[in-house]
Amino acid sequence: MAAGFKTAEPLEYHRSFLKENCRPDGRDLSEFRATTLNIGSISTADGSALVKVGNTTVICGIKAELANPTVEAPGKGYIVPNVDLPPLCSSRFRPGPPGEQAQAASQFIADVIESSELIHTEDLCIERGKLCWVLYCDIMCLDYDGNLLDACVIALLGALKNTQLPEVTINTETSGPEVNLEKRHGLQIHKHPVGASFCVFDDSILIVDPTAEEECLSTAQLTVVTDEEGRLCSVHKPGGTSLSAEKLQEFICRATARQKEIQKLIDKVIHSVKTAQ
Amino acid sequence: MMEVCGSSNVSLREFGCEQSLLSRPDGSASFIQGDTSVLAGVYGPAEVKVSKEIYDRATLEVLVQPKVGLPSVRERSQEQCVRETCEASLLSSLHPRSSLTLILQVLHDDGSLLSCFLNAACMALMDAGLPMSCLFCGVTCAIHADGQIITDPTAAQEKESRALMTFAIDSTEHKVLMSSTKGSFSVHELQQCIAVSQKASEKIFQFYRDSVRRRYSKTL
Repeated sequence: MAAGFKTAEPLEYHRSFLKENCRPDGRDLSEFRATTLNIGSISTADGSALVKVGNTTVICGIKAELANPTVEAPGKGYIVPNVDLPPLCSSRFRPGPPGEQAQAASQFIADVIESSELIHTEDLCIERGKLCWVLYCDIMCLDYDGNLLDACVIALLGALKNTQLPEVTINTETSGPEVNLEKRHGLQIHKHPVGASFCVFDDSILIVDPTAEEECLSTAQLTVVTDEEGRLCSVHKPGGTSLSAEKLQEFICRATARQKEIQKLIDKVIHSVKTAQ
Repeated sequence: MMEVCGSSNVSLREFGCEQSLLSRPDGSASFIQGDTSVLAGVYGPAEVKVSKEIYDRATLEVLVQPKVGLPSVRERSQEQCVRETCEASLLSSLHPRSSLTLILQVLHDDGSLLSCFLNAACMALMDAGLPMSCLFCGVTCAIHADGQIITDPTAAQEKESRALMTFAIDSTEHKVLMSSTKGSFSVHELQQCIAVSQKASEKIFQFYRDSVRRRYSKTL
């Protein structure tokens, strides 16, 4: 009976739960799904992390390559993020060139990296004007069940914290680079940005961490990214119904609390990886 | 046909607008903010591809064309922002199973491009006579290194700033329809910028009103 109701009237089905201040999966309106993090899951990558937020699964691998710095910024390396939404993760994505959502997500991640300054690109420079690191951050969604952006940001942060770059010296005679794979060192992560996503139902009810179904039925979506100092790195609301400044304040408070939870989680996982070695 | 509004206390650059300047689209507008200029065209409601058909409302497609080169990832993300803002204000359920296409052509970029897109889009939708629940406008705020808030910054001011925010404000309740930010800032700064944008939006809506009134008083 309930299954039929859900298929025929999905919006009414969700409303009947929201009226009782809960959601179809048994969560409270302001409750996130269980988040699990696995760091170093891809042994061939320079850094990697697998994140699950409920059913949403995202994997991030970091590949470091040596390259010439750009002429405009000779003292800086660069970071190239890419979000891939393959047809595997949901029926809504088709094979072929990346769709709008994948491209918008890639841009969002690039903006977060730039705005939060989590890595100073100067640190990636090996020799000014000659050699620098390029970090390719490939983020792939394996299972899409809403709240992609949060999962991507956590996966990126986890993978970057796990990244070990080999030591590179420049041979003075041949002036070619020499890579010492034995000696590796971690990246310096200056900030810990974490996102929190919200949905607005029926122009008034606010829910956090929406599932794919809730995302489809909602009237607006919002993602707030904060760092450990409580500064905002991004307030991304692509459109949808309007929100007052007071409502935004509510979201921001929840986002700061979420940042603390996730940072604790990342620290715990990093610590357990270190003790296991 | 060109209307120009001079800027006074909330410092917006001079802006101008011209509607119905193209003959092929169902609605068109050019919007100029200082040296930033965008041309917008709307086609629709028209027939929709079966794969894109939505049974209870119109399918809106937004295309952003940069001045040079092909649209890239940045343009895609701007398209998403403009599309979802338009979807929120358009009464698209009045034209189910049809397509609306909005094309935004950059003529010149001198900062505050996203807000200029939004303003041009709103004027073009208005010109096409599509039913909307409210109007919207875009305002860009830049926070200078010393904490000063500049509205409608030029490209040079954008480069110097440490944070940049663009908001879309609706005309009925003056609330935030869209927000897109760059750089890091405090919660207080965000609230200040929203308040400033809301103030600036009143001016832009007044300009919309004057511009449309003048246009129709001429044709009558």
